[in-house]
Amino acid sequence: MRQGEISLVGVLALFSMYLMWKSTELSVGYISGQGPGGGFWPFWLALGMLLSCLASAWKWWRAKSPFSQSDEPFLDSFGWRTLLHVGGSVVVFVALISVVSMYGAVAIFLFYYLRFLGRHSWFLTLTMSLLLPAGLFFFFEGVMLISMPQGMSFTQPVFDLLYDIIY
Amino acid sequence: MELLSFLADGILLSLQPLNLALIIIGVTVGLFIGAMPGLGAVNGVAILLPITFLVPPGSAIIFLSAIYYGAMYGGAISSVTLGIPGASTAVATTFDGRPLALKGRASLALVTAALASFVGGTVATVLLTLFTPILATTALSFGPPEIFALMLLAFATFVGLGGDDIPKTIFSICLGLVLAAVGFDTISGEPRLVLFEIEGFMRGIGFIVLAIGVYGIGEMLWTMEQTRGEVTTTNPKMTAKGLISDSKEAARRGWRGTMIGSAIGFFVGILPAAGATPGSLMSYGVAKMLSKKPEEYGNGSVDGVSAPESANNSASTGAMLPMLTLGIPGSPTTAILLGGMVIWGLVPGPRLFIEETEFVWGLIGSFYISNIVAVVINLACIPLFVWMLRMPFTILAPLIFVLSIIGGYAASRSIHDLWLIVVFGIAAFVMRKFDYPLAPAVLAIVLGPIAEPTLRQSLLLSSGDPMIFFTRPIAGPITVIAIILILLPALKYLRRKRSVA
Repeated sequence: MRQGEISLVGVLALFSMYLMWKSTELSVGYISGQGPGGGFWPFWLALGMLLSCLASAWKWWRAKSPFSQSDEPFLDSFGWRTLLHVGGSVVVFVALISVVSMYGAVAIFLFYYLRFLGRHSWFLTLTMSLLLPAGLFFFFEGVMLISMPQGMSFTQPVFDLLYDIIY
Repeated sequence: MELLSFLADGILLSLQPLNLALIIIGVTVGLFIGAMPGLGAVNGVAILLPITFLVPPGSAIIFLSAIYYGAMYGGAISSVTLGIPGASTAVATTFDGRPLALKGRASLALVTAALASFVGGTVATVLLTLFTPILATTALSFGPPEIFALMLLAFATFVGLGGDDIPKTIFSICLGLVLAAVGFDTISGEPRLVLFEIEGFMRGIGFIVLAIGVYGIGEMLWTMEQTRGEVTTTNPKMTAKGLISDSKEAARRGWRGTMIGSAIGFFVGILPAAGATPGSLMSYGVAKMLSKKPEEYGNGSVDGVSAPESANNSASTGAMLPMLTLGIPGSPTTAILLGGMVIWGLVPGPRLFIEETEFVWGLIGSFYISNIVAVVINLACIPLFVWMLRMPFTILAPLIFVLSIIGGYAASRSIHDLWLIVVFGIAAFVMRKFDYPLAPAVLAIVLGPIAEPTLRQSLLLSSGDPMIFFTRPIAGPITVIAIILILLPALKYLRRKRSVA
């Protein structure tokens, strides 16, 4: 945890410096007649971020924060597995939206999660993976009139059929 | 006394069969829409606006306001049961609502939210009834310096509360404010902070993206890792007796928060620039500050639920004031209501009260009725919401992920934002492991778009002189209080060192 904290502080400090640099694309000072420039607000705030990072680093150096005194690993094996399987599946879910449509991605995600991570029965898995996207479709497209991404062109026939039903 | 007779007529008008039916339907629809993460009152009101052409204008606005009300109640439901704020107005409710649910007291949290919302809405409606003309003038005297001072106070209540790691809290607030600045600079019109030259950032980073990322994805990852996947919530059986005892407990433990929230919420709501969201966040901060047990906040304090919930209902009612009297909408939802009124031929402003008395008082009367209907329906549906929590976590978790992603898309209509949700979620998980508080960042990204323009306008008014925040009669005291609160932790630290030495 000790290395973790200072690494995080380092990353956040670098990010703060990037933001400070990016803010200078617009004027950072006061333009007479127009008020503060566009970069004024984010620049000084990013500086505040950098100073807080330095304060946190100082605290770490003085071994004042609880994490700087801890030798525990950042994540144990369960933690890494959680991050990888759960976090990873969400990443794949979002990536699939552009390919098989939002509803298709929901179905695949639910199928993977319920069956492989949750170890639920085939019956429950299949029922939910098919019913929930269908329900969401009728709610969002039919009731709320909010259309979701349709993915690539091969899904078009399915959507044509579904639109015929609701309209 | 003429006022009371107008009000009585208004209430009778809203009790007419058509209007009453519209109130019941509107509140129920609003409740379910508000409960869905990513959807808020604005979605419901926008979609259902065309339907209102089928009914007289008075009934139409009663219907839309009922949806607005229902959504305010509904936002708390997903905050408590799923831990994802249903809308920005329900963010503060997650701070204590979610811990209560995890301790198996979800029904207490929901009952508290319902009752606090009812009290907040009623108090605000009464204040609206009595003080409309005077309040309109007060609201007008709040210029940019006053509003910026108020924003500063909101941030100060978060920093000065002590206990949390101060540098990390400040980092979080500044991060939120900078993220709010991404996109187009509203004053010069130039693109700003287009991070890593990714075009998607030109549209800015919406509050809902950060909120769903932090509270939907991040929170779930955190819960899973902390509880080793074994999340159990003890659920007492939901009976009428249980509901009554929860109500009594909510009243006993939550009355202070409710009072604070109703007052602050209404006051913030009547200001044109601010609405239910800053109102609920500030009420939470002030309630924590004034509490005898501030350490309970964040761990399941009943006041921590009642304060923001009463505030957001109170503020929504208050937000009607600038809309009706000045024609200035205080929020996207009131903007749509205003649009509807204009389409129906009703011109908002002082003359509205004189020329369309029946309409205005019918609307105000309907607030009372909507409030009552909303609390009844809400309480009746609580067993349903609690039942949702009994689902095994391995089913609830993917559902929450799905709702987060689909709700996020419904709100932002952009795949870029979905990726941002995932990035924020993972980053939130990592930062939370190291005790970085994320609530201030969420607060900051909501208040940033109000704070920055008002700061710049104020400095423009004063030609660059920052003393404007101290010299104006209303802004001055607010700014001073804010600065004291910000410096409070430093003063406490110095006092401690001196006493040790």
